[in-house]
Amino acid sequence: MESLKQVIAMLLAGNPDLYEIIFLSLRVSLAAVALGVLAGIPLGAFLSFRDFQGGKLISNILFTFMGLPPVLAGLFVYFLVTRHGPLGRWQLLFTPTAMVMAQFLLVFPIITGLSMVAIKSKADHYAATAISLGASPRQVAWTVVKEARLGIMAAITTAFGRAIAEVGAVMLVGGNIEHSTRVMTTAIMMETRKGNYSLALALGLVLLTISFITNSLLTYFQREV
Amino acid sequence: MSLSVELQNISKVFAAKTVLNQVSYCFCQGKTYVLIGPSGAGKSTLLKIIDFLEKPTQGQVFYNGLPVKNEVERLALQRKIGMVFQQPVLFSGTVLDNLFYGLKVRGEKLRPNKGKLLKVMEKVGLAKMEKQKATTLSGGEQQRLALARSMILEPELLLLDEPTANLDPANVKLIEDLLGEIKQRGTTIIMVTHNLFQAKRLADEVLFFYEGNLIESKRVEKLFTSPEHELTQAFLNGEMIW
Repeated sequence: MESLKQVIAMLLAGNPDLYEIIFLSLRVSLAAVALGVLAGIPLGAFLSFRDFQGGKLISNILFTFMGLPPVLAGLFVYFLVTRHGPLGRWQLLFTPTAMVMAQFLLVFPIITGLSMVAIKSKADHYAATAISLGASPRQVAWTVVKEARLGIMAAITTAFGRAIAEVGAVMLVGGNIEHSTRVMTTAIMMETRKGNYSLALALGLVLLTISFITNSLLTYFQREV
Repeated sequence: MSLSVELQNISKVFAAKTVLNQVSYCFCQGKTYVLIGPSGAGKSTLLKIIDFLEKPTQGQVFYNGLPVKNEVERLALQRKIGMVFQQPVLFSGTVLDNLFYGLKVRGEKLRPNKGKLLKVMEKVGLAKMEKQKATTLSGGEQQRLALARSMILEPELLLLDEPTANLDPANVKLIEDLLGEIKQRGTTIIMVTHNLFQAKRLADEVLFFYEGNLIESKRVEKLFTSPEHELTQAFLNGEMIW
């Protein structure tokens, strides 16, 4: 209880260290989700509308990668950005950019796979009507995506939840460096290791609250559209 | 303006099941055709083929005597055809959004068309409901909206797949009156119905389908008074389960 009071006091006092961690958490996860949306929704729509050889295999791979262990995503990005890796010369290891890349790997299959399912479930229902009303193939696709927006928003919310809550990937490629790559989950882990269980728990509650507020905003937006 | 449709040896096979078998027929401009027959006779599939929602496995469809050569021609023709399904599919959004959809995809702006849209709404008994969510309408209202959505586009060919199934008599009458008005404009109408009285009221020509085959087609009064084929007779006498 004392630790929770301490964290709330830090929040109310505008403690810069705590806010730095909170904002970096949000920045990294929202950036990963934004990139996931940009790449995942068009791919999800493409996979829903086009029947082609290998489409089912791609769907199966996507569904498998929805359960990708975060530490494995981190390891993959680590190999990419490490000094001798293919992206080594950009020195991205232990930077927020590498953390975004790792979280992107986690959220991309979720957004793509769940968007694909959401769009597919609406396609049969709405595509024929849109076609018969004279919509061009592009207009048909846009209409169906619009009708599937609740499912797509659910995909985005799920992806954000996965990104903000994961620790393995950001720890591996971010390194939990103070004032640089420390986020809520890595801070919780560090405090736990130091034996500050109550502080770790209090930080956890803050993380849950942030997640709750973000999800509420997304749900509100989902209802409005 | 109206559109004629000529079917040449149209066949459709779904997973080894022949739904339409070598159907050839010419739907002339400005007439009303009613397709009757038991369930699974291929009537709805035929409408979908004419509306480009299904591709025939074999055969060709000619519109005003011409085949469709490419996607551009397909889209141009599609925009001359209206289709109303048995279960109307309405987009989320308001009644007005739904009514405007067809014009919107044709690049029209809402403001110059608003008067026309409101007029059509009044005609189909949906006056002052433009801001209501379309999905909250009753079954009859939804079907009238679906018909209005096609009507506003002034199609040259109107395809109707059991548009009054599951509707109460008042709604059936309203829709039939609207169809009468559309017919007056010279629009070619092809309609599927299980309601033989409705077929008698609306049709110029009636086509009887059975297991994917076009069994018999005649002027409405002839088909009902002197059907030639024994299957048609059995169907009209209620001896066939449908």
